[in-house]
Amino acid sequence: MSLDVLTFLFVGGSFALYIAIAIWARAGSTKEFYVAGGGVPPIANGMATAADWMSAASFISLAGLVSFIGRDGSAYLMGWTGGYVLLALLLAPYLRKFGKFTVPDFIGDRYYSTTARTIAVVCTIVISFTYVAGQMRGVGIVFSRYLHVDINTGVIIGMAIVFFYAVLGGMKGITYTQVAQYVVLILAFTVPAFFLSSQVTGHILPQLGLGATLDSGMSVLATLDKLSMELGFAQYTAGTKSTLDIFCLTVALMCGTAGLPHVIVRFFTVPRVKDARISAGYALVFIALLYTAVPGVAGFGRVNLIQTLNGADNTGTAYTEMPSWFKNWEETGLLGWQDRNGDGKVQYAAGKAFDGKGKPNFIEGRGVNGERLTDNALTDPSFDAAKQPFANEVYVDRDIMVLANPDIAQLPNWVIALVAAGAVAAALSTAAGLLLVISTAVSHDMMKKTINPNLTDKQELMYARLAAIVAIIIAGYFGINPPGFVAQVVALAFGLACASVFPAIIMGIFWKRHNSAGAISGMLIGLVSTMAYMYYFAFAGGTPAEYFMGISPGGFGTVGAILHIVVGVVVSLATAEPPQEIQDIVEDLRIPRGAGSAHAH
Amino acid sequence: MSISNEQAQAYWRENLRIIVTHLVIWFAVSYGCAILFVDQLNEIPFFGFPLGFWFGQQGSIFVFVILIWTYVYSMNKLDEKYDVHE
Repeated sequence: MSLDVLTFLFVGGSFALYIAIAIWARAGSTKEFYVAGGGVPPIANGMATAADWMSAASFISLAGLVSFIGRDGSAYLMGWTGGYVLLALLLAPYLRKFGKFTVPDFIGDRYYSTTARTIAVVCTIVISFTYVAGQMRGVGIVFSRYLHVDINTGVIIGMAIVFFYAVLGGMKGITYTQVAQYVVLILAFTVPAFFLSSQVTGHILPQLGLGATLDSGMSVLATLDKLSMELGFAQYTAGTKSTLDIFCLTVALMCGTAGLPHVIVRFFTVPRVKDARISAGYALVFIALLYTAVPGVAGFGRVNLIQTLNGADNTGTAYTEMPSWFKNWEETGLLGWQDRNGDGKVQYAAGKAFDGKGKPNFIEGRGVNGERLTDNALTDPSFDAAKQPFANEVYVDRDIMVLANPDIAQLPNWVIALVAAGAVAAALSTAAGLLLVISTAVSHDMMKKTINPNLTDKQELMYARLAAIVAIIIAGYFGINPPGFVAQVVALAFGLACASVFPAIIMGIFWKRHNSAGAISGMLIGLVSTMAYMYYFAFAGGTPAEYFMGISPGGFGTVGAILHIVVGVVVSLATAEPPQEIQDIVEDLRIPRGAGSAHAH
Repeated sequence: MSISNEQAQAYWRENLRIIVTHLVIWFAVSYGCAILFVDQLNEIPFFGFPLGFWFGQQGSIFVFVILIWTYVYSMNKLDEKYDVHE
């Protein structure tokens, strides 16, 4: 069967499955809509959490990122898994015992303050929207590459599917579709990883394959180091960032992960405190299945990419002989080539091939070899001959690595179709979880708890669905018109979660003395300092030379969190201790028994 | 609450001890082995990996998984000891 037919079958078949599950799991009450009635079995919750968490960023972007930055990629691998240890040990059991629906619920009640609740609502909405925009872009990329529709149509199809099961089913529908999506995405990631690993190294497991020795007698990593150095890149197994910067980035990603509202809310859906701990354990097992395969996929992909582009003799491959994937990705605009030395061959090395940010700016028309023309090609063929054999002529977007890997390795068509279905599953499952958090923040935390406490359950449910519809439309808009600063915005989501949400929850559980004045001032200082720092370096012309102690904006959430804690403690100690009933609540949430009755599913 | 105040305090103290023990290991493998001492550990070869690089990209993730499950096991035992399980 042709690739198009197979892709259509895999993606279409998975959509039919998600819709069937959504119809089966319609929500009838707010409790079902917000937390699936609180009766999800831990293993199902673990899978749902894994699918909720592993977004287009984990599925599509992470391996590409590690592939291009080597050892510094460890910060992301550890940050996005180590956060679950914090979740399991410090947050999930206590928040489950607390037994409400949302993060602002906890912060508002624990700090007996509408102001605190409102700050938490703002953080929740900002974090979730920035995240969801990236998911819609992921769906668009897959549709445009594999189903030959344009990106906008792809985004609209994705919106329609999410609309169907998020609005109808609420958390209950989302949970069980996420279980199905987890199965699709983990197969889609690991099957090509097994193929790649056995093809390159003879080991089926990429976790072992990355340490294997190749026919040349060198290990995979040593080969990568050698290839990278020859082409002028940094050594693959060496870091380029300062130790402090990597340290702060890892902390920000870990604490940010543990403070993301759409992840935390998953632990409200299980019946008992014990189940909250167990489902965190399952979640990390399911996540680790993908994350431990990532470094292998990244490494093998890099070797394959360099060898395909530069050819066996390492002098370049003629454009006219390039495999079809190269030209297919060129059509999507995520890959570009210009013949700087006029030999008709593609050559890949360190350095920019295009002016400005290094990305090709395509214009109408074709060059002599049939390549797409750009108006920002660098014409100066000069390069440092001492460092690398030739000047770089190629732009490769990091985001195409996972999707292009099976093409580059010439795997069977059904594997490529599976990868397409998996990427869509990863993006949709995360988008649905985020949309639910946004709609809950609006209907529950704003409408019910802040504006009109007399709402009936039915009215609240209606507001939740309305908010979900509005959120889907806004998310779709960002998918079609992606802001040019997606990377900074995602860093902002983690920074905010790390500097404002995470410390407020931890101190609320572990420090009985913490009061509303301390929490509010802490959250505000964390929020404002992190946003200001990121804004300054993303939009106000800040340069890396001005970084505070060399800490890049992605790691500044760590500094924000420290400020939060210091200011919070000082203000708290200078003001009256919290009322007795609040201290009793804290005592109570430390004891597991009595977490509230659950729904049977 | 079905248990006495003193018992609740004792339960909480043991709970904190379990958390701290696990977080020390969590910190040692990730921030210790893969960030602070990565260059020293990279001198040691480990199944084809430099050891520090292995901790950063593989080892720490395996340890994280094990940590959550030993935590679950210890807490289940603790809950039963103080009779606060459900």
